[in-house]
Amino acid sequence: MAGSGTAHLRPSAETLLRAERMVVEFPVGGTGLKVHAVSDVSIDVLEGETLGLVGESGCGKSTTGRALMQMPSPTSGSVVFEGTDLTTLKADALRQVRPKMQMIFQDPISSLNPRRRVGDIVAEPLRVWNRGTSAEQMAKVSETLEAVGLDPAASIGRRPHQFSGGQCQRICIARSLVLDPRLIICDEPVSALDVSVQAQILNLLEDMKARYGLTLVFIAHDLAVVKNISDRIAVMYLGKLCEVARPDALYQTPAHPYTAALLTSIPVPDPMVSPTGDADLLGGELPSPVAPPSGCRFRTRCPRAEELCAQVEPKMRRVGDDHFVACHFPLVETLDDGPELSLEA
Amino acid sequence: MSRKVITTDEGAPSADAGPLLEVTDLKTHFRTDKGRVRAVDGVTFTLGRGKTLGVVGESGSGKTILSRSIMGLLPRHNVIREGSVRYDGREISDYSEDQMRAIWGSEMAMVFQDPMTSLNPVLKIGRQITESLRQHLHMDKDEATETAIALLSSVGIPEPSVRIDEFPHQLSGGMRQRVTIAIALACGPKLLFADEPTTALDVTVQAQILNLLQKQQRERHMAMILVTHDLGVVAGRTDEIAVMYGGQVVEKAPTPVLFAKMKMPYTEALMNSIPKLESPSHTRLEVIAGRPPDLVNPPKGCKFAPRCRYAQPKCFEHEPPLVQGEDEGHYFRCWFPVGTPEGQFALKRNDEIRAKQTAASAAGGGA
Repeated sequence: MAGSGTAHLRPSAETLLRAERMVVEFPVGGTGLKVHAVSDVSIDVLEGETLGLVGESGCGKSTTGRALMQMPSPTSGSVVFEGTDLTTLKADALRQVRPKMQMIFQDPISSLNPRRRVGDIVAEPLRVWNRGTSAEQMAKVSETLEAVGLDPAASIGRRPHQFSGGQCQRICIARSLVLDPRLIICDEPVSALDVSVQAQILNLLEDMKARYGLTLVFIAHDLAVVKNISDRIAVMYLGKLCEVARPDALYQTPAHPYTAALLTSIPVPDPMVSPTGDADLLGGELPSPVAPPSGCRFRTRCPRAEELCAQVEPKMRRVGDDHFVACHFPLVETLDDGPELSLEA
Repeated sequence: MSRKVITTDEGAPSADAGPLLEVTDLKTHFRTDKGRVRAVDGVTFTLGRGKTLGVVGESGSGKTILSRSIMGLLPRHNVIREGSVRYDGREISDYSEDQMRAIWGSEMAMVFQDPMTSLNPVLKIGRQITESLRQHLHMDKDEATETAIALLSSVGIPEPSVRIDEFPHQLSGGMRQRVTIAIALACGPKLLFADEPTTALDVTVQAQILNLLQKQQRERHMAMILVTHDLGVVAGRTDEIAVMYGGQVVEKAPTPVLFAKMKMPYTEALMNSIPKLESPSHTRLEVIAGRPPDLVNPPKGCKFAPRCRYAQPKCFEHEPPLVQGEDEGHYFRCWFPVGTPEGQFALKRNDEIRAKQTAASAAGGGA
């Protein structure tokens, strides 16, 4: 992939969050070079939808999530939330938007202050925003802890180290819920947890989404997890989008060679299926985001790459019902007659 | 995308003299302020030469301590270790550290989970590989360097003669794990412990590393104990699987048998809690209620009973022994095994009790 373009975006009137042509770059100290963490990524999320953002480490998925939250703001591009472009807002105006967007992080234990009691941790957002009297705040905290499956009476006075990893993630979820946000960005919320606990948290997120009418951006590296929870999935590679599709279409007919490679490398819990051999696996390593390859960024590891891929960056094209790919030689036929690309062009 | 289906034909067991590793009733307890932590509590298994055993379990199930206990890599103090470990016909459980030093590296070696912290950050990669070559195989400097380059190239590191002079931070995570594998393989061990070797890596790299381990194992006729929490990782790559829970092996079987006829409710629950790529999105996942057992005060009876869908009063009173199933080499610890009439009965009974309780609480709420 490694492509850009906005063909996969939906009409802006319908979207809760819409990031267009987002670029995030970080300077490399003193060298004048830049890390191209996110390069021209456009994504949108409808109200009540779960967007899965999937890719390997270093592909820019977490940076994308943080750029959506304006932590930090993208280097260029727009992030429109509820009709307002957040990138144009001054600090004070941005602060007013923040309660509506919350974030859950990967390591639940290190994202809770070990010295504070759970009741205070969960009540903190309410205190910061002066929501209600302290009795009302405590009632809200109890209600939210109950909703995430913790016993309020037993947990309010305890500290994070007295809880397991899964319970700490429940506390983090409760903390993100108390301000009644519309959007929650979940950055690898289950990758530090055991499979049995992972299932509990995934089910909990689904329940909370239904109960509070949430919209989720779910960032993870595990395609099976992302497929389970998402309504739409965006696959990222080295700061670019490869493919955007409904989960079932993405799994059944992956259009981008990178998506296909990701799918084949997942180990299957079935001894009758032989593990994928090296010949079918992605070779090589992720190129440096300081000097990404020209044209399609995936071309250096792509089994289908040709000369065109080095010279022209692929744009998002439609290959099916709500299925888009940024690839010159996708694994399925494209539908729209985009401009004919050739080396002479 | 196409995956070949293997026609399984379990070859006849090799006619080598005796098993490579025999572990009998191995216990490893730690003395702590809170009491004795029973991290490994009576584990028995044998491993044949060149075979692969998968050890699966959640965090805290004792799988890592089991492999460290076998290798003698435990803290010196406050550890109680009982039981027998026979390696290649020798009883090594009472070996001193000096005696073990002759075994580490040349007979048994370990690949750890985090390639970042298991390499020394201030030593060049070459030095970290040649160290054991010079110590155990008494090679001179040039010979050791040459061997190290050959090892690096065999684990798939490009330009090994350049890499040998680099430091760990100059390599990616996958490359670093290849280096730790090269170090583990350096002295040609007969038994390799791989403790969550791919958990810290991306899926695409994970598949490469697992393939590398399997290839090296086949070429060197080396036995391997692959410790992981991911049933997907062990499914296609092991001969036998041991499922651990609360410091004990709760089910052990040849890999195809385990997946086809699992008897232990814990194995079944673990399997069902994995999100499957084939199932449609938003499929409700089955969860294992509750938490892993407290290893200081383990529950009476079956350790899994408090979280088990099949649990009956008997399970809370009497600990089930490890019994053999109908297939050879299939052992499990359960009074009401999955897929048996007893198990069906237990499930049905629990469903009825639950239905009654819901009805009662509904009636109570209405009153």
